[in-house]
Amino acid sequence: MLNPLSVRNLSKIYKTTTAVDGISFEVSRHEIVGLLGPNGAGKTTTINMILGVLEPSSGNIVIEGLDIARERTKALERTNFAAVYAQLPGNLTVAQNLKVFGLLYDIEHLSDRIEMLLAEFQLEVFRNVKCGLLSSGEQTRACLAKALLNRPRLLLLDEPTASLDPSIAKDIRSSIKHLAEREGMGVLWTSHNMYEVEDVCDRVLFLSRGKIMMQGSPKSLLHEHGHETLEELFISVAHNQFPETEGRP
Amino acid sequence: MISFPRVAAIVLRQWYLMKGSFSRILPNVTWVAVDIILWGFITKYLAAITASKFDFVPLLLGSVLIWDFFVRIMHGISMAFFEDIWSRNFLNLFSTPLSIAEYLTGLVCTSIATGTFGLAVMLLLAIGGFGLSFARYGLLIFPFFMILFLFGVALGISGIALVLRLGPASEWFIWPIPAILSPFVGVFYPIETLPQWMQLIARILPPSYVFENIRSIVSGGQASMQSLGISTVLAVIYILIACWIFTRVYRRAVRTGLIARYSAESVS
Repeated sequence: MLNPLSVRNLSKIYKTTTAVDGISFEVSRHEIVGLLGPNGAGKTTTINMILGVLEPSSGNIVIEGLDIARERTKALERTNFAAVYAQLPGNLTVAQNLKVFGLLYDIEHLSDRIEMLLAEFQLEVFRNVKCGLLSSGEQTRACLAKALLNRPRLLLLDEPTASLDPSIAKDIRSSIKHLAEREGMGVLWTSHNMYEVEDVCDRVLFLSRGKIMMQGSPKSLLHEHGHETLEELFISVAHNQFPETEGRP
Repeated sequence: MISFPRVAAIVLRQWYLMKGSFSRILPNVTWVAVDIILWGFITKYLAAITASKFDFVPLLLGSVLIWDFFVRIMHGISMAFFEDIWSRNFLNLFSTPLSIAEYLTGLVCTSIATGTFGLAVMLLLAIGGFGLSFARYGLLIFPFFMILFLFGVALGISGIALVLRLGPASEWFIWPIPAILSPFVGVFYPIETLPQWMQLIARILPPSYVFENIRSIVSGGQASMQSLGISTVLAVIYILIACWIFTRVYRRAVRTGLIARYSAESVS
């Protein structure tokens, strides 16, 4: 079975600034991978390149065996994303947005799928409310509903729970975990909430200055680097105290 | 290959915006209505003060109507594009399987809908209020509208390419384009009236051939199929150039990362 995501030697250079520096990693089916790092580490740049809205300077992105540079449409049919900075258009209702994006992904039985997602994310009462009038937590749930419209094989989540209260954030995390298990979806998840990362991620990649500084399961990394919490480890990486160990399992 | 559902998604988004917003529908009616009423009375006045039996209605009012249709088509594309800018929708849109060709086709289909709506309003006023009849043009009225439509599409796509390249602040470049072109294309007067250098520009603008033919028919002459053929070819060439420019600008925006963070704040 093909991996939902395979990234090889991916780089992005803006004139003299290297935003992403030759990173390689994979996301397997049923796996939730945390992409961590301080601000400016290259997380969002990496996600934008995987989404095809930013052209890499070099390297390959392969989604379920499809190279996004050559088979963009087919690759993106298998992908979706939700990000705290990319809310759905506020001038359409939740149902209208889901209908429009459902057509963009050419989804069969779209009305049924929309109803299912409205129920799953407790959005039924907001179906006819314009997204711009929703609270930030409700908007995030609408974004997540859109992100799951096409039953993606690869789901990219950029700080998806940043504006949610702890209770809803917990529900969202368990919902995503459940979906990854049930649908065989691969998830690439960025977050600055280390508690969340420990809870939800099977594996984490620490990015700093565009390079993967370390990767492994949260528990093994803590053990390996002698830290009590992921937050401590994060701060160490942010201060660049670790040598590059890219490719370490 | 163009996917019909994805094109439909772009049109449906605009339909949702229109149907729920009086302020979006009104401009499609107001400006064309003002133009037709204004020029309707001007033609009436001209008919009253001139001794000749010359019929100004199909000439002036007909030309204004066809020109306004062109403007509606061009602005229809621009407005649909601006809705995506204003709602910061580029990242959501272009991270889907939507292709550039599908997006542009969706914008053109939207402009056909809004342009046709505007045209219906204009026809209602011009025929009902001022007795405009296109009977004299016969079937030639269709190529006249078609050429103006194609040129409107070409300028609409070029305009949004400009805004994508220079940023939302350059929006104001788009609105005066029809006004800047109108002296060259001879909406109200023969091209020969213009100085030589303006006539040279007029020759490369498809609408100038349409208005020359309108004048010829109203004066009792024949339409020139050759000139209509030239203007159709010119309009198609302009569309191809416009699509090429938009694609180049879009690819640059993907290379620089502009598409992912496009807003008034990110591009001056």
